[in-house]
Amino acid sequence: MAKNTDSNIYTVLFASGMVLIVGTLLAFVASSLKEKITENKRIEKQQNILYAMGINQNDETSVEFVSKDIVGTEFSKYITKQLVITGNEAVEDPNAYLIDIKKEAEEAKNPNYKRRLPLFVGEKDGKTLYIVPVRGKGLWDAIWGYIALDAQLVVQGVYFDHQGETPGLGSNIKERFFMDDFKGERILDGNTFKGITAAKGNADPKNMDKNDFEVDAIAGATITGDGLSAMLKKDLKMYVPYLKTLKQ
Amino acid sequence: MGLLSKKDIKLITDPLADNNPITIQVLGICSALAITAELKASIVMAISVIFVLAIGNVVISLIRNIIPSKIRIIVQLVVVATLVIIVDQVLKAFAYELSKTLSVFVGLIITNCIIMGRFEAFALANGPWKSFLDGIGNSAGYGIILIIVGFFRELLGSGTLLGFKVLGDAIEKTGVYAYGYENNGFMLLAPMALITIGIIIWVQRSRNTSLIEHN
Repeated sequence: MAKNTDSNIYTVLFASGMVLIVGTLLAFVASSLKEKITENKRIEKQQNILYAMGINQNDETSVEFVSKDIVGTEFSKYITKQLVITGNEAVEDPNAYLIDIKKEAEEAKNPNYKRRLPLFVGEKDGKTLYIVPVRGKGLWDAIWGYIALDAQLVVQGVYFDHQGETPGLGSNIKERFFMDDFKGERILDGNTFKGITAAKGNADPKNMDKNDFEVDAIAGATITGDGLSAMLKKDLKMYVPYLKTLKQ
Repeated sequence: MGLLSKKDIKLITDPLADNNPITIQVLGICSALAITAELKASIVMAISVIFVLAIGNVVISLIRNIIPSKIRIIVQLVVVATLVIIVDQVLKAFAYELSKTLSVFVGLIITNCIIMGRFEAFALANGPWKSFLDGIGNSAGYGIILIIVGFFRELLGSGTLLGFKVLGDAIEKTGVYAYGYENNGFMLLAPMALITIGIIIWVQRSRNTSLIEHN
């Protein structure tokens, strides 16, 4: 039986049937793998937070996290406290690292919503570190990161990641040469919040000046860099009132 | 002979060398440049493409007589996209690190011209078994080049293979590094992948001169 595969009705029916089958199949795959994917993301978060604290397997130039198998125990060993800050209150919550920052930022558009800010308190080599998660926009998609500060609000380490920045340009925000520049930078000028800017032409490519609130930007990644600076300004600022109380 | 006739074998072996999708047809170059800095990523990409192309070819071949010709290309795209999403999800679940390295490039399998090319040129006109073999052959031909390039880029660029320090430790100065050898960081950048592929093309054509096009 030779069907008339060129008729409009047949075409529409075929397309609808195809969509139905494909949709069911994909929904099935997605829901059966969801649990494992969420678990992977959770592990990654812990690895990132530890990385910002300086707990990693780096050698000279690489970016290596603590291995998957021990990340859970390492995380509970180094992270002494997890706080959720709402307004001026800080409450301990052992699952603060599961707070979805993206969702919180969405909700915060509603002026009545009290945004919950997760903060991780860690201890390394006898020093207390405060790790602040940040999230913003790069050129193509989301960028995010973790900033480890000491009680004087001096940066001790950072980790940045991105969804889809240009490979070789914007994607370099997660490379050592960029991230390591942040170490030692301050975010407060006296008592005013300054943030850290990825600046072009700051005449300090080796990043010797730790008091300029600037790091050397990546050439060819202007918009990613601007997005990163804006992310640091905006998100760190929310934590400053609380962090200032630590300084005293 | 049984399962595979001479013709069938040719379907698999041809694209491996004399009709290789990358070095002869010059398709799929983009991904070959982008993800071959490490051998591991090359291997996973090769396996993913073999999976997508073999299954995709069979599916298209099975429904080739009922596809409305007006929306032929769309149907092909949907089939590739479905398979790619499945690959992407499986990688995210079982090889998360790797899926981050491959990031957008898994998604870009959809736009890999080899796949649409084989659907259009082969699967629409041949039976499922032949299409399956053709899919395996072409994607393996693609994969072989990827793995060769990945091998040299990782070895010369990082001094490792699959993460093992085969040339000694660059920082501790053991192995060949003790004699003043240094990694060539340039190998890790995309231009060197293109040059590596160029060298493969050159070697291949100088061994088999019938492949050289005469104008």
